[in-house]
This record gives sequence, structure tokens and C-alpha cells, in this order.
Amino acid sequence: MTLLHILAFCAFALVVGLLLPRRWRGWLLMAASVGAIYALQPASTIRHLGFWLPTGTLALTVFSWALTAPPEERDRKQTLATGLTLVVLVLLIGALRYAGPLSRVLEARPPTMPPILLALAVVAGLTALTARFFAKKRWLGGAFFAFVLLLFLILKTDPWGQAVSAWLRAWSGQSVDLASALDIGWLGFSYVAFRLLHTLRDSMQDRLPALSLREYLTYVIFFPAFTAGPIDRAERFVKGLREPKALSAGDVWEAGQRIVVGIFKKFVLADSLALISLNAVNAAQVSSAGWTWVLLYAYGFNIYLDFSGYTDVAIGMAKLMGITLPENFDRPYLKPNLTSFWNSWHMTLAQWFRSYYFNPLTRSLRSGKRLPVPVIIIIGQFSTMCLIGLWHGVTWNFLIWGAWHGIGLFIHNRWYEWARTRPSKPNAPLWLQRVGQVGSVLLTFHFVNLGWVWFALPNPELAIQVFGTLFGM
Amino acid sequence: MTVENSATTDVGTTSRRFVRNVLWKALLLFVLLNLFFMSVDIVPWLGKVSAYNSIFPGRVRLPFGEVPERAFNLSPFSLEAMFASHELAAGSKAEDEYRVLVIGDSSVWGFLLRPEDTLTGRINSGGYETRDGRRVRAYNLGYPTTCLLKDVMLLDEAMRYDPDMVVWLVTLEAMPVGKQFASALLQHNPDRARDLIERYDLDLDPQDDRLVDLEWWQRTIWGQRRDVADLVRLQMYGVVWAATGVDQDYPEDYALRKSDLEDDESFIQFMPPQDMDEILAMDVLEAGLSVADGLPVMFVNQPIFVSDGENSDVRYNFNYPRWAYDDYLVWFEKQCTEQAWACVDVWDFVEPAEFTNTAFHMTPKGTALLASYLGDAILELAGSP
Repeated sequence: MTLLHILAFCAFALVVGLLLPRRWRGWLLMAASVGAIYALQPASTIRHLGFWLPTGTLALTVFSWALTAPPEERDRKQTLATGLTLVVLVLLIGALRYAGPLSRVLEARPPTMPPILLALAVVAGLTALTARFFAKKRWLGGAFFAFVLLLFLILKTDPWGQAVSAWLRAWSGQSVDLASALDIGWLGFSYVAFRLLHTLRDSMQDRLPALSLREYLTYVIFFPAFTAGPIDRAERFVKGLREPKALSAGDVWEAGQRIVVGIFKKFVLADSLALISLNAVNAAQVSSAGWTWVLLYAYGFNIYLDFSGYTDVAIGMAKLMGITLPENFDRPYLKPNLTSFWNSWHMTLAQWFRSYYFNPLTRSLRSGKRLPVPVIIIIGQFSTMCLIGLWHGVTWNFLIWGAWHGIGLFIHNRWYEWARTRPSKPNAPLWLQRVGQVGSVLLTFHFVNLGWVWFALPNPELAIQVFGTLFGM
Repeated sequence: MTVENSATTDVGTTSRRFVRNVLWKALLLFVLLNLFFMSVDIVPWLGKVSAYNSIFPGRVRLPFGEVPERAFNLSPFSLEAMFASHELAAGSKAEDEYRVLVIGDSSVWGFLLRPEDTLTGRINSGGYETRDGRRVRAYNLGYPTTCLLKDVMLLDEAMRYDPDMVVWLVTLEAMPVGKQFASALLQHNPDRARDLIERYDLDLDPQDDRLVDLEWWQRTIWGQRRDVADLVRLQMYGVVWAATGVDQDYPEDYALRKSDLEDDESFIQFMPPQDMDEILAMDVLEAGLSVADGLPVMFVNQPIFVSDGENSDVRYNFNYPRWAYDDYLVWFEKQCTEQAWACVDVWDFVEPAEFTNTAFHMTPKGTALLASYLGDAILELAGSP
């Protein structure tokens, strides 16, 4: 999201929040979100892919809704109206191809009308068939769940991404030799996938509230949170969507502050720190330990300010429209231990993995073979963190980064259990307690920052070289 | 209207009024701040604020970067910022230092060369000492565009740093009158260019279209946001410069200068025969001497690549047809003799194999050879009465 996008979206959000009657908001938010995913999608070197990727997002979302929606929602007139609106919107966006200077709102040039019409017909037909005959079928829900996971895996695995790029290039008559995984930059898919998987899973367990197509679409592609989260839960989001909060002067002030702080964090601080953050280029060239620490700290603050800045903007923007998004960060670098860190860093992602992986896994391990608690904890925490690592990309370094945190969490867990069982000592002096607190914060901060070495660099060899430089070896 | 609706309407009205007031005040502040920025012309002042030479070591060559994220360097237009980031600005001159400013184009700046391998880097590592026991310290003020007026502008700014000698590497490409504005750095410093033209009565048009004059709105914060961002980025890159000592992108592979040449006799827009006195900017060279204000100035006709490939009987290299360069060599020698300038002509001093991607850029070995020659020449000139 560029600064211009943010300013345009904020202006829109302000108009929605202050001027529009509530009954229009649902429609307008959906339409704006559809427009936004096309406007934000970067162009691809593969012809028209920049148009087809957001269209794919819409198709997956509509299909997922058809699988999860209860019959009464599928048969409503509003569903037909939403479907038609969606078709008209996609056609209007496609028509921007012929709109001269107006077409610049899109980075990617749309294809001609016939393939768009054909694609819309196919998606509409498949969705109608599914809604009519296969809705709530567990096997189809499971198969779609697996399909979304597979897509996710392809996008996050470079060789597979490159293979798909080659195939798409061949299909569009372009040079296969130039195929690269970077060709398929599907904006927001990581977050879209998590929202789809959450609703599919909850639907299979009959925990998903009834959502109209319009609500479901808005939830999955809600424009403030589309590119960088937070990953809200459908039932929570839809409450705000149905009953948006009346905007008070205090809300506008709070939202405005949040947006300004977010913009400052992202575009001033994070973007400046990005110039001096540890990366593959400077890591290979830096030779002194002191400066390597500086680059590493810069990376640690850059990633935090960048990500939390976007989150601030998303939360502020949503607030202007009367919708409360969940918090994603809570001063993570000031936490005294790794468990607290993970309760305050990318909180909605951690909660997602807790709900859909860690808790079910540990429940099943407890109910099955009688494994000792430490074994259950190490299996649960280690595998969860490895998966969180792989969510960022299927590479050795992301896996090691996940393992680094998995082991760190396990060690903290054991330490905590051990310390809890020890007899409590008489109260230590206040200064000693403070030193202990500061020491814990510093230790956690440095553990997390050293973990960023794996995250920031492309391969383990370079990361090990940087560790060597950091510690003067 | 129900009580609830009435309350909601009141809240909505208050919010709208609040937003309106905030927007009005923000707009007013924005306008006032821009007017202030426009009237004060704050960028040159901001350029002087630098963490180089205090928190980070000064750069050994002027900031220039085509791929900032790989070079950890960029090309700002503020001369104040450029010099503030240079090692030349690090405190006052030591008593035992003999300060030599080396000006010229990208071959002086050191394209594809690490800082220690540049001409000045090699001169400094040569450990030269003048007769009175001062150690020769050469400063790299080369900048990658071939244009004499740009060299004079940089020298004019550098004179405040108390130099003892100026070494000016020149080549035919920088000399034509029509090329004197062919540098983005110069174009974006129009006041400095005009000042030089007026001060030294140069035969150049002060209203040349290539000089970039800012419109009133371009002097606001909004208009100068790129320049201000460049100043910040220059400071940020100081960290990586300090950490790595890298200030340009060193590609693993690059295209070698052309050996096989076109059968083409043209030099820029000129065809033979030409009167070099007519087409070359002699007055700009003289202006450089005036700027040096009596200091010893050594003109160096820098080495060029001499091809032996296809059509090398027509051209020396991609840049120079033989007729133009031969005429220039005669002209250069004549000026040196008639004006009694200290000149060094090393045009064919370096073997063709020691040139890299252009007819001017040399390998570390070629540069070291030239540095050794110039080191001795500097001592000779410094020792002369």
C-alpha cells in the first residue's frame, strides 16, 4: 500500500463513517474492497496476471462461501443481488482497459472482455452448482481446504512458483526462460487463505455464524486489512459490520492519531531503517561485530515498525468506518519472556495457529498415547513455530527461524515450570527486581533479534557467517 | 424523531464539525509551513547537517549511486550535503599535510574500483612526501560526468578546505562548449553555474534550457520532498558505509569497452575538419585556474583505451575518432606551452588491457600505474618554486 493509497482509503473511510447512512455501508464496503484488491495488486510480467490474481481471490472467496453458507443464506434475494453487483464490478474494472488515463488506477492492464466474461460465467456456474448440490458436503469442504493449502504452498515455494510461472508464460505465449517465482506476486493471498481456512474449518464444525455473501466477501477482502492483516475472526468482524459504531469526535481523533502514527512508523521510521537493515547484500560485506549489531538492531526495529505501522493504519481506517479490528502488536520488544513476546507479536496469526493447530494437536496428543507433558509441549510448540516460519516462505531459513522460537518457547516453558515449583524467597529489594525485569526484557529482545538473522537472510550459510561476525568468531 | 435518533444525529454533527475543524487547521498549517520553506530555501542549510566525519567516517569520494540499495550510495544534488559527507570536511588540515584535490570525471571517482584502488587511494598509499617533509594527501573530488564546468563548480566549493594543489584530469569528451551543461549535478545547481559564468565571463548561455530552475511551488516542502528525502537517505547510508566500506555496486560481470568500432568519423556532432579553438571551452579551463587562485594546478590529459580492433584506423575507441583526438592532442600541447601550464599528457600511458567497461575506466593495476606516475609529478610540481 503506497501513501497515496492510504490517503485515498482514509478519505473514503471518513466519508463512509461520517456521511453515509448505515444501510448503504455494507454494499459500499464490499464494492470498495473489490476495487481495492485490483488497485493494490502489482503488475506482473506475465500478461494480464495482475488482473487474474484478484479475480482468483474473488472466485475462491465466492466458492468458499457457497461451501460454508447455510441454505437460508444461499436462497436469499440479497445473494443474487450481491453476485450481480460483483459481476458488474469486475466488468467495470475490466472495462478500465478502454478508459484511457483512468486506467492508471490499476497497475495491471486488464485483458479483453471475452475472457473476463468467460471466467465470470465459469465461476458463477461452479458456485451455483456447488450451492445447489454440494453445499456443506464435508468431502468437498475438505478438498477445497486442501486446494487452498496447496495454492498457498505453491506460492510460498520458489521452485513450484517458478514452475507455475513457466506454465503460465507458455500459456500466454511468453518466454518460458524468464520464468520466476516472483512473477506470481498474489497480493494478500497469505491473509485471504487464513481467513478462508478458518471459515471452512469452523463451518465443518458448525461453529461458523450464518454470513451473507456480501458479509463473507467483505470479511475476506476487507481493504484496510487486506495486505497486512490483522487476521480477524469472521464472527467478530461481522458483528462490527452489522452494527457499526456511530462515529464520535473522540473516535475520529483516536482513529486519526492511529493512522498518523502508523504512517509515521511505516513511511518515515521503517522505510529509513530499511536502508540500513541487515540484508543479503550488506551481510556479505560487513566485517566488524559492532556494525553488524547495528544492522541487526535496525532490521529488528524496521520489521516491527513496518508491520505495526500498517496495522495501525488498518485499525485506524476501520475505526473511521465504525468497525473495530483486533490489535496485532502490544509493545512486543518490551516483554520479559518469549511467551509474552508471542502473545504480543502478530497476535492474530499466533491466535490462528493456536486455535487451528496447536490446541487440536495438544488435545489429541493428550487424549491418545500417554506422553509426558514436556514431550507434548515440545512437539506442540516446536511444530507450531516451524509452521509459522514456513507461512512466511518454504525455505530452510524460515524453518530454522521457526525452530529457533519453538525451542526458545519450550525452554521458557520449562524454566517457568521449574521456577514455579521452587519455594518463594523473601521479597528481594526493589532495585534487584528492576534489574531482573530489565535483564529479562533485554534477554528476550536479543533472543528475538538474533532470530531475525535467520529471517532476514536467504540461506543458512550466510546466516551462520553473520552469527560468526556478531560474536567476533 | 426518536430520542435515540436525535442523539445519534447530534453525535454525527459534532463529529463532522470536529473533522472539518481538524482539516481546516491541518490545511492552514500545511500552507504556512510550505510558505516558510519556500521563502527560506532551507535545503542548503539542511545539507550542512551531517553525521559524517563524526558518527560515521567521511566518504572518500563524493556521493554518487545508480543502484542505491546495492551501492549504499545515492546521487543528491546538494553540494553542501555532498561535501559535508566527504572526508575533506573532517576537521582542519594537519600541519604536516600537503593537500591535493583531484578533480575530473568517473575515472577519477573510480568506477568499478574499491576506494583503496582509486587514483587518490593509490596516491595516498604511495606515501609521498614533499621536500619540506609534508605528506601528500590526495582527495577524490571526481564526479561521474564528463564536463569541465562541473569540475570548476566542485573546485569552487572545495577551495574552502585549504588545498595546496589541484590535479585536474581532463579529456576531449569534457571539453566541447556544447557539453558544458551535460551534468545533472550542474543542471540542478543553476545559481552556481550562472555565478561561474558571470564571474569568469564564460562564453556560455546562462539561460540554457538544461539548467533546472525551480518554479515557486517546487520550492515548497512538497516540491522539494525528494531532495529532503535524499538528504535523509544520504545520512542513513552512512551507517552501511561505515559498516562495509562499500560505496558503489560492483557487478560480478560487466560488458568490456568496445574493441571493434564503427567506421564512423564523427565526434559528438562534429565532422572533420574542425578548429579546436572554436569548439573547445578553453575559457572554462582558465576559469578553473582562476578559481584555484594561484595554487599550483596540474592538468592531466587522462589515459584512454586505444583499440586495435576493427576500424581502429578510423577511431581510437568508442568515444574518439582519430582525427578529433589527434587534433586535440596538438591543441592541448599548444595550450600547455603557450600558457605555461603544468601539464602531464598520459593519454597512451596505460595498456589497453587495463581498461574496463569504458574507454576511460581503468583496472586497479592501470590506476596504480597512473598513480605512481602522478605521485612523482605532484612532488615535482610541489617542489618547484
